[in-house]
Amino acid sequence: MTLIALLLLPLIAAGLSALPRLRALSPAVTAASCAAVLILASETALRIVAGAPAVSFRGWLSVDGLGALIVWLVSLVGTTAAVYSWGYMRKTSSHQLTRLRLYYANYNLFVFAMLAIPMVVEPTLVWIFVELTTLTSALLVSFESTRAALEAAWKYVALSLMGAAIALLGFLVLFAALQAAGGEPYTWEGLARAAPRMPPVLLKTAFVLILAGLGTKVGLVPLHTWLPDAHSQAPSPVCALLSGIETTSVLYVILRLLPVLDASPFSGVRDGVVIFGLISVGVAAFLLLQVRDYKRLFAFSTVEHMGIILVAAGLASEAAHYGAMYQILSHTVTKSFCFFAAGAAVLTVTTRDIPAVRGLVRISPATAASLLLGGLAIAGAPPLSVFVSEFLILKAGLAEGRYVVVGLLTLFIAIAFFGVLLHINRMVFGRRADDSASSSTGSPAGAVAHAREGAGVLPLSCRLILLLGGALVVVLGVYLPSPLHELLRLASHGLQR
Amino acid sequence: MTDSTFTAALDALNALACGLFLLAAFAIVATRQTRGCLLLFIGQSLLLAASAFVLGAKYQSLHLMAVGAVNLISKPIVIPWILRRTLSAEVYARREIDQVLNIPTSLLIALALAILAYFLTLPILGAVAPQFRSANVPIGFAGLLLGAYTLTVRREAVPMLIGILAMENGAFFAGIALSRNLPLIVELAIASDGLVLVFVTGVLVRAIQQHIGSTRVGELVSLREESAQLGAAVEEIP
Repeated sequence: MTLIALLLLPLIAAGLSALPRLRALSPAVTAASCAAVLILASETALRIVAGAPAVSFRGWLSVDGLGALIVWLVSLVGTTAAVYSWGYMRKTSSHQLTRLRLYYANYNLFVFAMLAIPMVVEPTLVWIFVELTTLTSALLVSFESTRAALEAAWKYVALSLMGAAIALLGFLVLFAALQAAGGEPYTWEGLARAAPRMPPVLLKTAFVLILAGLGTKVGLVPLHTWLPDAHSQAPSPVCALLSGIETTSVLYVILRLLPVLDASPFSGVRDGVVIFGLISVGVAAFLLLQVRDYKRLFAFSTVEHMGIILVAAGLASEAAHYGAMYQILSHTVTKSFCFFAAGAAVLTVTTRDIPAVRGLVRISPATAASLLLGGLAIAGAPPLSVFVSEFLILKAGLAEGRYVVVGLLTLFIAIAFFGVLLHINRMVFGRRADDSASSSTGSPAGAVAHAREGAGVLPLSCRLILLLGGALVVVLGVYLPSPLHELLRLASHGLQR
Repeated sequence: MTDSTFTAALDALNALACGLFLLAAFAIVATRQTRGCLLLFIGQSLLLAASAFVLGAKYQSLHLMAVGAVNLISKPIVIPWILRRTLSAEVYARREIDQVLNIPTSLLIALALAILAYFLTLPILGAVAPQFRSANVPIGFAGLLLGAYTLTVRREAVPMLIGILAMENGAFFAGIALSRNLPLIVELAIASDGLVLVFVTGVLVRAIQQHIGSTRVGELVSLREESAQLGAAVEEIP
């Protein structure tokens, strides 16, 4: 029943938000529904931690350790981003209050689709919800209706739907493979049981199609090109959802297939996954160096982190899989905070251009501090949680004797670390080279001058979420509560046979 | 009519549907008019439904008949209706003179893709039981690849959208032969998902038309690392 309530709440909230009469209430309705979802999701996760094998509803919905982790993270980011939206959206789109209810209606539907992915057990239905995450978020990406936002939304829709069609064929071939094995229901568990009897050709074809198709949506290189556009042009709270959890919840579908492939007679798939992941990490690390928009900086870092998770999931040991789950947790918490900080920076300096922002610490210390914390945390500075999870993954790789993989991964992570902090450091502490001649440079200098007048513009809800998110980022680095540790451990079992 | 001639007639009909389906996929690559593109997509969807009906008759599967019926209603009727509601008629009158590649080159590449699809699916056909072996599988794969190719070389929004829909048609075309016992609720969900897809994309294209004044989305290339230097990304905040 809890699962049904989890899915119904966002739907009801979407309906209420869309009503013209309740326009003024839509931010509150959304935040309240998301908070209720968070409570229910925490309760479900605690039940799993306490030893329940899986919470399920009539064989259609079921949540195990891995599912519970994703559901909990979706509800967590859903709640923080909803509260953040309250102040942020009013500030950035005050002239179009009527459109705000469409924003919140879409927002709730988006959260609904993401919650459904880890709950539904029938793979083709999971595919439908993956597709729905694209469709419900497309109009959120284009919400600001600027030329760039519309362009980003179109690229996002076209590439994601192309990937989804490829993945659909993959899921149909997977069903054919299951039929050839005979007798098992089309669920994740049924697939794992039937895998040894499936014709390897079909299973391999299905996996390649699904990896290529959903890899587009996760932002794996080479089909990542839409991701920095969409994840930078959307309003910042939406970026937090897109980058923080949407990519992960789609990656979850790929991860679900790994134990199925392990059970089948052919090998080498995990190596392929590791290589695919390494390519993403490497390419993203180098692309990070040359960005000029700080939201794109964080978006490329998402590509990098998805690659790291894929590499860790592709390794064989339990320790590596625990690292992958830890990385999912730390990425979600940290990346959503990064985009909240980036949103604060957008409100403060009204530009996303990195070279135009210098000496932020003198303009707005609060924004500068959160941006610095976000940058340090997402780059993987010790002792914050991304550092811990990356360290766990590297250690597990060494223990397995995968020296080349660990070496390359360390190199790429180091490059990305340098890239992120280079840009953030300049923005926060940098001195304008042309302070005296700034009047000649036009708009960027003007933007910063404008910001000086309007310093301290952060709405209350944004400040609250920055404070809360920052605290979470710091605390998770030094202290992992034992239920959360247990949840990660149970979730990592989802990657094993 | 004896059973074997009946089956043979159905096989011949299905082969005809397969051939025409592939032809429609090629025509979607080559046609210039947006309206022609839409009509070809409708024709392709009708062929998909026809193939589902024929296979349903051959294997006496009510389920395949239902799939055919769902496709018959949703794609040729509802999807064009949604498009007409969300987009202005002006979009349909468009002719696309310049694709990224010229049309003979495009058709050659499309031919190569179709041959590639055939060789890719040979091992699949070898692995499945005889009753799932059908020309639908390679042609469905070819339809998927040709749809993806259409999406890549087109610049106009509606033909690109039709490329996506043609990809799904291709996936389904292979699916009705390979995985014909998929639960009906899943088929229905996929069909309604297609409707949501068209609606959302239509709304997005209309917004693009209103704010940018053109539906030539292929020319929207401002978001790149190198060109970001030209226009500093200033957010429009009052």
